[in-house]
Amino acid sequence: MDLLYSLFIAPFADFGFMQRALIGSLMLSLGACPVGVFLMLRRMSLSGDAMAHAILPGAAAGFLFYGLEILPMTIGGLIAGIIVALGAGAVSRFTIQREDASMAAFYLISLAIGVLMVSIRGSSVDLMHVLFGTVLALNNEALALIGGIVAVTLVSLAIFWRALVAECLDPLFLRSVSRLGSPVHFIFLGLVVLNLVGGFQALGTLLSVGLMMLPAAAARFWTARVEPMCVLAVLIGFASCIAGLLLSYHASLPSGPAIILSAGVVYFASILFGTRGVLRARIVHHRHRTA
Amino acid sequence: MGAKPTEHDELTWAPQFRRIGLLTNVITSHIDLAACSSADFRATDRLMTNACLTFRDLTLGYGSHPAIHHLDGTIRRGSLTAVVGANGSGKSTLMKGIVGVLKPMAGSVIRAPGVHAAYLPQQSELDRSFPARVVDLVSLGLWPKRGMLGRYTKEDRESVSQALMAVGLGGFEKRPIDTLSGGQLQRTLFARVLLQDADLILLDEPFNAVDAKTVGDLIALIKRWHGEERTIMVVVHDLDLVRQNFPETLLLARQPVAWGETKETLRPENLLRARRFHEAWEENAPWCEPEGHDHGQGHDHAHGHDHGHHHGSGPRAA
Repeated sequence: MDLLYSLFIAPFADFGFMQRALIGSLMLSLGACPVGVFLMLRRMSLSGDAMAHAILPGAAAGFLFYGLEILPMTIGGLIAGIIVALGAGAVSRFTIQREDASMAAFYLISLAIGVLMVSIRGSSVDLMHVLFGTVLALNNEALALIGGIVAVTLVSLAIFWRALVAECLDPLFLRSVSRLGSPVHFIFLGLVVLNLVGGFQALGTLLSVGLMMLPAAAARFWTARVEPMCVLAVLIGFASCIAGLLLSYHASLPSGPAIILSAGVVYFASILFGTRGVLRARIVHHRHRTA
Repeated sequence: MGAKPTEHDELTWAPQFRRIGLLTNVITSHIDLAACSSADFRATDRLMTNACLTFRDLTLGYGSHPAIHHLDGTIRRGSLTAVVGANGSGKSTLMKGIVGVLKPMAGSVIRAPGVHAAYLPQQSELDRSFPARVVDLVSLGLWPKRGMLGRYTKEDRESVSQALMAVGLGGFEKRPIDTLSGGQLQRTLFARVLLQDADLILLDEPFNAVDAKTVGDLIALIKRWHGEERTIMVVVHDLDLVRQNFPETLLLARQPVAWGETKETLRPENLLRARRFHEAWEENAPWCEPEGHDHGQGHDHAHGHDHGHHHGSGPRAA
């Protein structure tokens, strides 16, 4: 009993920074994982990755002018992300180019600008901080920011749920009954940016997309409906955060990668053992019903 | 905005009225084909009030090339029209123009006020890998009634089940859509159209890859809608099917070759003219000069198809 306590409870009970890290990462999962499910279902999994890179120049600009302050870096990241999301989205909506190509073009330009800006002032240590984040250094300001982002995300998802599902499932139908198609797409891209920005303080721009996509990708192997998929993704996100933080605490590993790798373990387990995973598909093939 | 010189209006409309006058007598008899043979010329204002859709010098297309060229005419309320023509003759384009997903290059489609359209496209952008069940897909048809935020009631769920029953898919509610066959999916989409409860129903090649029995079921459904005074336009390739089931036909070859009573429209000489239609775009085709048509007008209509707003001489509800 004591062992269990010291393994699982004590790190969080004894250290304020661990508590804040836990609260912050759990809140992030709550918002980012459902967004990740829709990104995946829209076949935009890699767009999330691209967006995460695209945030860099904004965050770097904030860093250049104000140093390592969360608010300027967040606002900068938000602006850069929204410019790239709207730009790439607009190019794909209104020209012949598909979203993957326009997104790649926009994020590469953005990333190059970002790296340039970081290198003007900072050392490589600063760059590492922006890229990989520090969940263990979340202050109250950062927690409040993440909380706000989660609230906005959940409320928006609740309001636009039906339109978002329709836009994913049958966009032409949605266009024939309503004009919400394009607005919903852009609102969704906005949510992606928002959650990535929320995540970058804790996990860094590179890994925040991991918390968004890996639980979603893992949840896909367990259910054939959207609602349970989102709930499951959030639960997987929770489990990954707790496991990652404990791992990071006990084995002195960097917290961000530990969280993402925990989610990675769940992902691989889901591929193998999920109800729609590899093993189940093999077994079912041996038996079939009469009709 | 969009004011046309009235005298010019009359000029272009006069022959149109005469041709459509042939069709007006079908109004009272829905499925009875025999009833639509006698000619009946009615006052033009009656025609206008009976119009569900009015095309005014409508040109639709892609790039600078028209797929529907200067189309004028009226689709009457409660009519059942087959749209036939060769590949590339503008059938699907016309459907897209009516529903508003394609903006006119010139001219306009005017929907009678308050008319809602249900549209079954030829090439659905449906994502079959999306994790949804049949009931989720069909429930989208409740959008016109419930919108984005309205809660689905018990009645709504029952009407979904009834719609599925009507297309012969009773008990399929929980099936994931990626397990449906092509014909089953098509029937599912019919159930969604059924649920939309629209006054204007546009079906673009709904019988493709559908077996004979299912075609029979779907035709029966279309006739039921026709009996309910809904306005229906169906793109069909099978001319026998058209002759047997559709009172009116629009034969297209970028422009209407013939339009009216099916038996008249599908006469051999008309079909021959339609067959001579040259599908390809000519890159260097001469520019179509407006000849005094007010082409700028199309721009005024480019937004707002969904509201069926009316203009000075547009159709009004009875």
